This record gives sequence, C-alpha cells and structure tokens, in this order.
Amino acid sequence: MRRLMIAAAALALGLIGAAEARAAESAGPLPSVDFPHIGVFGQYDKAALKRGLQVYREVCSSCHGLHYVAFRTLSALGMSEAEIKEVAASFKVTDGPDAEGEMFERDGRPSDRIPSPFKNDNAARAANNGAMPPDLSLVTKGRNGHEGYIYAILTGYQDPPEGFTLGDGMSYNAYFPGHQIAMPQPLSDGQVTYADGTEATVATMSHDVTTFLAWAAEPELEERKATGLKVLIFIGVLTAILYAINVRVWSRVT
Amino acid sequence: MSTPVPRNKVAQWIEYRLPIFSWANHNLIDFPEPKNLNYWWNFGSLAGIILVIQIITGIVLAMHYTPHVDHAFDSVERIMRDVEWGWLIRYIHMNGASMFFAVVYIHIFRGMYYGSYKSPREILWWLGIILLFLIMGTAFMGYVLPWGQMSFWAATVITNLVSAIPWIGETLRDWLWGGFSVDNPTLNRFFSLHYLLPFVIVGVVILHIWALHHRRSNNPLGIDVKSAKDTIPFHPYYTVRDLFGLGAMLFVLFVFVFFVPNMLGETINYVKADPLQTPPHIVPEWYFLPYYAILRAIPDKLGGVVAMVASIAILFILPWLDTSKVRSARFRPIYKQLFWVFVADCFVLGWVGANPPEGSFVWIGQICTIYYFAHFLIILPILGKLERPRPLPDSIHEAVLKKRGGAPAVQPAATMEKH
Repeated sequence: MRRLMIAAAALALGLIGAAEARAAESAGPLPSVDFPHIGVFGQYDKAALKRGLQVYREVCSSCHGLHYVAFRTLSALGMSEAEIKEVAASFKVTDGPDAEGEMFERDGRPSDRIPSPFKNDNAARAANNGAMPPDLSLVTKGRNGHEGYIYAILTGYQDPPEGFTLGDGMSYNAYFPGHQIAMPQPLSDGQVTYADGTEATVATMSHDVTTFLAWAAEPELEERKATGLKVLIFIGVLTAILYAINVRVWSRVT
Repeated sequence: MSTPVPRNKVAQWIEYRLPIFSWANHNLIDFPEPKNLNYWWNFGSLAGIILVIQIITGIVLAMHYTPHVDHAFDSVERIMRDVEWGWLIRYIHMNGASMFFAVVYIHIFRGMYYGSYKSPREILWWLGIILLFLIMGTAFMGYVLPWGQMSFWAATVITNLVSAIPWIGETLRDWLWGGFSVDNPTLNRFFSLHYLLPFVIVGVVILHIWALHHRRSNNPLGIDVKSAKDTIPFHPYYTVRDLFGLGAMLFVLFVFVFFVPNMLGETINYVKADPLQTPPHIVPEWYFLPYYAILRAIPDKLGGVVAMVASIAILFILPWLDTSKVRSARFRPIYKQLFWVFVADCFVLGWVGANPPEGSFVWIGQICTIYYFAHFLIILPILGKLERPRPLPDSIHEAVLKKRGGAPAVQPAATMEKH
C-alpha cells in the first residue's frame, strides 16, 4: 500500500513536471502576474470582468470577434437582461437571406454570438496588412503561457533593439515569438474611461481584458471548481469509508 | 461452494432457462482468489471500469458531436458551452483516456514484475497486448476528433508512417486517408472507428477475463494455488477492495477533471486545425511519448516504424524470452533490480519523446531504445539461466501466516523450540 502511494505520487509529480516543461514555450520568460481565478479555489474577479468587457468592446472588438461567446452568457458577469440587450444591439450582425434573397445587417440580439467586424477571413486580412486578427474566444486556452502570455503580449510593446529590422507595418513585442507582431500596440494609458472610476493604465486594462478573455475561454470555470470541491469531498469520504470496511473485512482473513 | 438455487420464483424460472444466477455466483461471488493479492492487483478491475466510463461519456458526446472538418471544432465548443454539463462529460472523457493508460500501464508493469505472463497464462497475456494495441488505436483516433491543430497534425504524422511500408505504403496511406491528405473522409472514418473499437475492446476484455478465470489469478508470490486454504472467495474480500480502489481512482480522476482539466493536453489543440500552418512542435499525448521516442531514435523512417511497433509486439514473445522458472520478482534478486531499471528506461524514453529531437536528446533516446530491446532480447534470456532465485515458500497460506507474525499452523512444534 505504501509503495503504491509512493508510486502514485511519483507518477503525478512526473506528469505535472512534463506538463509544466511543455507549457513554457514562449519567446523568453513571461512577466509574473497574478490572476485571482487561477489556483485551486480561484474565482473570477467580477469587477475586472466588467472592465475587461469594456476594454474588449471599445478596443479589441474593432478587429477581433468572440465567435463562441453568445451575448446571453454575459449574464455571468452580473449584467441584467436589459444591459445584455443593449450590448448586443451595439454590434452589427449579418443575417439572411431575406425574402428577396439578400443578406442584410441588423442589430445583435442576446442569442447571437459576438461577431467579428469583418465579413470573412480574407476581408480581415485585406484590412490588416495581410495578417488575420484571430478570434479571441479561446485565446487564453490555446496559447502556451495562457493568461500570462496574453497579458505579456498586451504589455510587451517596446522600441525594437538596435539592429533589429521590423517588417513593414509590424511592431516590436518582447514576448511574441520572433518579436514581430502585426497587431499595432492596442492599449495606451487612459485609452478607456472606466465606468467604475478605476485608473485605466496599460497594466490595468491588460489585466482586466485578459481576465475577461479567460472567462470567454472558460465560462464554466467557477461552476467547475465549486462542483469539483463537493465531488472531491464526497468521493474522499466515501473512499475513506470503503477503506475502513475493506480493512475490517480483511481482518477476518487468517 | 455449491451452486445455490435462487429462492425467488421468477429467478428460478430464468435460472432454469439461462443460468445467469449460478454464473454470476461462480464468477463474482464464490470465485476463489489467492488470498495474498496486494493492491497492485486492483488495476485490472479499474481498467475495466474506466472502459465503461469512457463508453458512457463517449456515447453522450457522440450525440452532440459533428464529424465534419467545418463543424467538428465548433461542435466540441458547443459541448463545452451550451450542452448541459457538457464540459464535465467532455473533461471526464478526455482525462479518462489518460487515466485509462495510467491504469493499464501499471497493470502491465505489475504483470511483468510478478511474472504473470508465464505459463499457463500466455494467452491471457496475449489478449492483454491485443487490448493495448486496440486502446492505443482508439485513443489516437479519438484525439483527432476535436479537429484542433494537434489533432490534425498528429493524424498527419502518424498516418504518414504507413507510407514507410515498402511497395504498398503510399497506396495504403491514401486508402487510410480516403483521399490525398488528412481531410473530411479521414475524420469521418476515424469517428466511425472510434465508436466501433471500444466495443471490440469489450469483446477482447471478455476473452481476457475468460482466460483469467480459467487459469485463475497469479499472485505476489508467483506460486500456484495448492489447496482451498490458499484462497478466499471473491466476494466480499475483493469486491470491497475493488470498490475502495475505484474510489481512490475516481478521486485522482476528478482532481484532474475539475481542477486541471487541460494539464495533460496540448494547449494548441484549442486552435482549430489549419492544414496550412504546421505547429512548431508536433507532440503526441503523454501516453504515446515513449513510443514516439523509439520512432525517432532510428534514423531511418521504416526502421523507426518497425522499432515502434516491435516495442509492443515484443511483449508477445516475452513468456519465452524470460527463461526463469520463477514467476515473481520477489524471489529473483537481480531481476527485481533490473525491472526498475526497465521502468526508469520507459520514463526516460517518455521524457525524450516530449522534447525536440536535438542535442543530447538524440543519443539519450537511442541508448534508451537499445536498452529497451536489450532488456527483452539479451538480459531476460540470459538472466533466467544465471540468476539463483531465493527459495520459494511451500504454499500461499503458509507465507501469509508467516508475514502476519503468526506461526504456520502445521508446525507448532518447530516454533516452540525456538523460544
């Protein structure tokens, strides 16, 4: 039994080690930044989510969509139905064909998914110097480094070091692989005026919008951890009882 | 242990026509098991249960999944977001696959340590190897289904291995693809086979258990059961122990499912498959890493494929490569050490497989590959002849009593004299 537990612990540590080793693959070490929702019991910072949505609406959404996120799910941010309708209506959604066979644009509804501002990928490339602004629904989940990486990219714009030649229309970013990024620096101090009066520094805005994007990628996180705690307590107690029964039953064996 | 006649009238009616009650009684209740099995013997039943968990979650997932290159990734995201508890079902299925391999690998290593593959259990062992192949194929095709970047590129790399076969390789590969690259027909057939193979696995599991119940379980001492004194009935002793094992396994599984569901997966698989953009590192899931290291250790493509397949297929002849008459490593002082060296070799191969084939990873991988095969082809045949095993106990019963500190009931006089 003891050997088995040692082996299990060694296996778990090995797996964690392997996963950690593979996770660290961006250009250089990322700045260390804390997010309250990371960690075993961590939950999203609701105020940051709302501010992050504001940054997304006012800045990111001019190029990036959130194809997998429906407006209705913004209720998780504590928004009322009326507020959600208002947010949805501020986006234009292509619908159709209508009775004449034409596609038409209308205001977004809560059941719509947050659209990309571009008609299609080619239109997006054409408007962005050949580069495709990716959909952000899964951006924190689908990049090595996760939230830390997104935060690093948003805060990592710098002047290129001497001798570094930037391509036409490219920007220098300390954390982007290859350091040349097609997205111009999106955030500057005071770019948005936060409704809750928080000072809008690049760091705050980056942190807030990263939190919002983490939610967009893993809207189930809070429910998952809360359920997980209950499940583990249940299974833990059950397993302990089964172990006690096991020991008792086996004590008869001679 | 006579066959009880059910008291219930309906049960009697059924029993007369199909003896399921006496069958269940024989196989699940009264079945005599050696009384000295340790916790390493839990992993067979755990593998069976996780197979059931995978089948149930998989059937539910298939109700919501769309096997089409344009919709597969989206349908998985719908499962994650819009299907009630969809994220839970998918995360159990995803991490369940890892759990399945962890449990199966421990089960195989246990068989190797205690010599469970030796006569008369060779066919039982073969069926286990066939199961491993089937599980690997199923897991690989399942990994392709979400149609993320790593799904697509892993499918491309692995199916391309077939093209290494001389003469017919490329034709075979195109036939496997259903076209000239990994595309919609590939995804469709992988989905079909991923749904089919688990039921084939169930069939082979039934054969595996049949063979097990015919020649009965091995035990940590590796000696044969000699009398009824050596055994205890399956129920309640092993039912309760298997239930405890199940609880412990579920605890571990749920730690992953609820708290680090994506830790064992590749981040980049949350990016939709793009045939025009190759990811910087194409890496398989952790459970394939040792084979991947063996594949890349051989500088020749065909040679690599042959070595990779041989690394598992060699287990088929393990019962004859191991020339020792003694089953359990407990009584084989040298094999006991070399077994752990072999386990360590597999772990190092896994570590090499996770890293790009550059620098020292190349030669480390090659040395570990050579050692892997040398363990089977050189060490085991010679060791069986040279090693002097420690004396085996006379019976399981006696050994159990001794371990518990009690004197063997048959020779009380001998113990008295020592005092």
